[in-house]
Amino acid sequence: MNPFSSGTRLRDMIRAIRACKTAAEERAVVRKECAAIRSAISESDQGYRHRNIAKLMFIHMLGYPTHFGQMECLKLIASAGFPEKRIGYLGLMLLLDERQEVLMLVTNSLKQDLNHSNQYIVGLALCALGNICSTEMARDLAPEVERLLLSRDPNIKKKAALCSIRIIRKVPDLAENFLSLAATLLKEKHHGVLISGVQLCTDLCKVSEDASNYLRKNCTEGLVRILKDVSSSPYSPEFDIAGITDPFLHIRVLRLMRMCGQGDSDTSEYINDILAQVASKTELNKNAGNAILYECVETIMGIEATSGLRVLAINILGRFLSNRDNNIRYVALNMLIKAVAVDSQAVQRHRTTILECVKDSDASIRKRALELVYLLVNDINVKPLTKELIDYLEVVDHDFKGDLTAKICSIVEKFSQEKKWYIDQMFKVLSLAGNYVKDNVWHALIVVISNAPDLQGYSVRSLYKAFYTSPEQVSLVRVTVWCIGEYGEMLVNNIGVLEVEEPMTVTESDAVDVLEARLISHSSDTATRSMSLIALLKLSSRFPPTSGRVKEIITVHKGSFVLELQQRAIEFNSIIQRHQNIKSSLVERMPVLDESTVIVKRAGPSQASISTEKSNQQPPSGTSLKLPNGVAKPAAAPLVDLLDLSSDDTPVSAPTSNDFLHDLLGIDLTNSSSGIAPASGTDILMDLLSIGTPPVQSNTSPEISSDKGLSLITKPASNSVHVVDLLDGLTSNGYLPEVHIPVYSSITAFQSSTLKITFSFTKQPDKPQVTQILATFINLSFDAYTDFVFQAAVPKFVKLHLDPASSNHLPSNGNGAVTQTVTVTNGQHGQKSLAMRIRIAYKVNNQEKLELGQINNFPPGL
Amino acid sequence: MGIRFVLLVNKQGQTRLAQYYAEHLTLDERRALEGEIVRKCLARTEQQCSFVEHRNYKIVYRRYASLFFLVGVDNDEQMEYTYCGSFTHGRSKQFSSVIAYVAMGAVVDVIAYVNELAILEFIHLFVETMDRHFGNVCELDIMFHLEKAHFMLEEMVMNGCIVETSKSNILAPIQLMEKAS
Repeated sequence: MNPFSSGTRLRDMIRAIRACKTAAEERAVVRKECAAIRSAISESDQGYRHRNIAKLMFIHMLGYPTHFGQMECLKLIASAGFPEKRIGYLGLMLLLDERQEVLMLVTNSLKQDLNHSNQYIVGLALCALGNICSTEMARDLAPEVERLLLSRDPNIKKKAALCSIRIIRKVPDLAENFLSLAATLLKEKHHGVLISGVQLCTDLCKVSEDASNYLRKNCTEGLVRILKDVSSSPYSPEFDIAGITDPFLHIRVLRLMRMCGQGDSDTSEYINDILAQVASKTELNKNAGNAILYECVETIMGIEATSGLRVLAINILGRFLSNRDNNIRYVALNMLIKAVAVDSQAVQRHRTTILECVKDSDASIRKRALELVYLLVNDINVKPLTKELIDYLEVVDHDFKGDLTAKICSIVEKFSQEKKWYIDQMFKVLSLAGNYVKDNVWHALIVVISNAPDLQGYSVRSLYKAFYTSPEQVSLVRVTVWCIGEYGEMLVNNIGVLEVEEPMTVTESDAVDVLEARLISHSSDTATRSMSLIALLKLSSRFPPTSGRVKEIITVHKGSFVLELQQRAIEFNSIIQRHQNIKSSLVERMPVLDESTVIVKRAGPSQASISTEKSNQQPPSGTSLKLPNGVAKPAAAPLVDLLDLSSDDTPVSAPTSNDFLHDLLGIDLTNSSSGIAPASGTDILMDLLSIGTPPVQSNTSPEISSDKGLSLITKPASNSVHVVDLLDGLTSNGYLPEVHIPVYSSITAFQSSTLKITFSFTKQPDKPQVTQILATFINLSFDAYTDFVFQAAVPKFVKLHLDPASSNHLPSNGNGAVTQTVTVTNGQHGQKSLAMRIRIAYKVNNQEKLELGQINNFPPGL
Repeated sequence: MGIRFVLLVNKQGQTRLAQYYAEHLTLDERRALEGEIVRKCLARTEQQCSFVEHRNYKIVYRRYASLFFLVGVDNDEQMEYTYCGSFTHGRSKQFSSVIAYVAMGAVVDVIAYVNELAILEFIHLFVETMDRHFGNVCELDIMFHLEKAHFMLEEMVMNGCIVETSKSNILAPIQLMEKAS
């Protein structure tokens, strides 16, 4: 006899596993057991089959592979005895799922068992079918389930009802067969049947409009009766939970009422009274009671309730919110987020309490509360709310700082009415949580500062002060360094002092000190140090007395180990030594970036074309492209011609995916596609500076991304000439009359360490509900992806159509992108905003990968 | 009610019972998910609320002595999604012929939003049911009678929906079976 086949008892195996002290020991035990089970299977040892599956279930639970036991489950199911069947079905539900092909084999056994005379066996089969049935099985076995719905035994009935749910979800066409059967279930007395019947009706409502109309007509009355019965029934020990009879049934009925009452005033009116009764009568001090109230409030919010009922609901939420139990408060916040859409005034009343919740010690509550606060911000309360949040930023713990910072920045950007306020708030955030601020936020700040000539002096001085108190905040340091480089003379000479400012004295060498300290500090990263070096070069021209010192600093860095710094230092050195005559024009102040373009950028990386169109939409900002730095704008020069040509060559309205990529990543893919390449390389200055990214790219998209920051900032004045020209060209280009299509900024739909997806949107003006989304996929990892499949899912009110992708192969390191057009039709355009779930499957080195995501940041109005 | 999984974990983070509903995870994904969730939930204090958001799930958990009962439900509200995929077979570039078909369907079951408080109540009901059967249930009872714990759960939840809330109805088939054997 095989030494393995005798095997240990289940109990002994569990003991052995429990006794294991390390994961390695556990693996060894499991391996041995699995070997024994495999050999038992190969000998088709019938006596132990039952026990082997029980063991496998345990092993499966621990997370080891158990696929070899799948066939054994099927054999057990086919056997005659009840205990064998019982374990077999359990194994089937645990070890298999609907994707396995083995499942096909079980259809026949299931069919037999569904027709079995023993009610328990029928129950088992129904349960298994309800848990794992596939589309094919649903089609094959639906008639059996329909028949069982008429069975007299309540236990079978309830299981058949739930089984039907799975069937209609798999095959929605079958829904109408179940409609009248479902309606009759609501007349039952047995709670199990009622609860699953109500559930079935709810699901029917979801799959088809007809079903919900039918049920609305035929079942509302029944629902009210059930709710009345169950809420006023005398004490029944079997279903009693904390003095309430079967809260689960309450909740299910209330939910179905919501489905029926949604958008239907007659039904809403009919259920008004019973809802009022439940809302006012239910006990508030027990969890079960609160669960019912919670559901009831949700229903009141969901239907066309009378205003009196709404007030009642909001008051219940108010009481929830002041409850000491954290669970209740969490639920209340959750509910209020939904209630904002219905009655934001009522929610505003609770603002102070909600703000307190943001400061709670519990991460779940904080997160919800912050989301709610974000929704509550409006033009009136933005200032006090921001102040509260920023004050809290000082004491908040690190885990939450990132979320909070992002939300504050977003609020400040969205609601700022005056630049000074915006700048002040951003400075506060930068000095409190500068390490958490995203790059695009401080980039945007720089743009705003450069656009506000009267605040530049104030900004640089405030930054200088803030910098001394919190030098460890990276983005604060960067903004400070940039501003000192640009507006150093305002710092030293106190230009443009506002009334609120305290006078301060900063000498020229103080300013250089700051920059030098940043340059040599070990805590600064390369980007910050490079920015400091450039700022120093600029200062040397602004403050001639310091130029000797700056020259020394630059000379020291000619030997820097950091390639970037070394190269820059050598270049700057040669500017100082050999090109004194052009130095001052080289280090002119940066040309002002167009704010409206950057606002688009800020919403997400976008195409140049969109930014142009955007600036057309807002003619004031587009036309007010002034040149405060006084660079003469020569309209002549072959450059202009070149640029003009190029903008003709690349039609703005039809961007190629390559353009898109350019802007997205700033990767030098193919210069020719943008057609402006010749602009570079003509100038000796360009050679001299040998800026990594072709300058033209950044011209088309005036953005400061971290890697390009350097090149932009170093951009000499002569270069700025064609920045301006290009921008000018783009704006004038846009005064074409036909551009009245609403423009939506692109978004980064999904970003992980390995994959980035961006969406850009276009709409036909005559079809507001239809949106074309161009999805672009970029592989950020070092390995190419094959078999790339993008799937998307949308809420029910949206129709989705996916065109084939441009390829299923995604090269590594962002060296190419796959694009795919997605058309969505929003059936409730204007009422509900889009949302999408995405699933991306691909293979890396022949290993399958799956990424999931959810997109909620669609621009409004889609 | 949209239950996606029920997990029982002890204080050391070892899984003692795991049941997934309509959730297609590979073994590795499952292990990773369980690990993440358990780490997150076990780190929380008694005073904090019983809900944790993680990936696409909202986890409702409750602690009984050394055992944690975790129930995963869907996190997004009132959304029902239909997956719609497009598969492209790109041939080599010269041919550039692309065969594409769009597969509709593959419905992912997502039930509209979840009542977290009711899930808490459900956990308690599950514990009470096991208590009635085992008499003051403990971790070892569940370990050594894993199949019975599963039978009870199976009577209570089907395909992520609650079927039965009466303890005697839940236990009736199990007691019958014990009598027979």
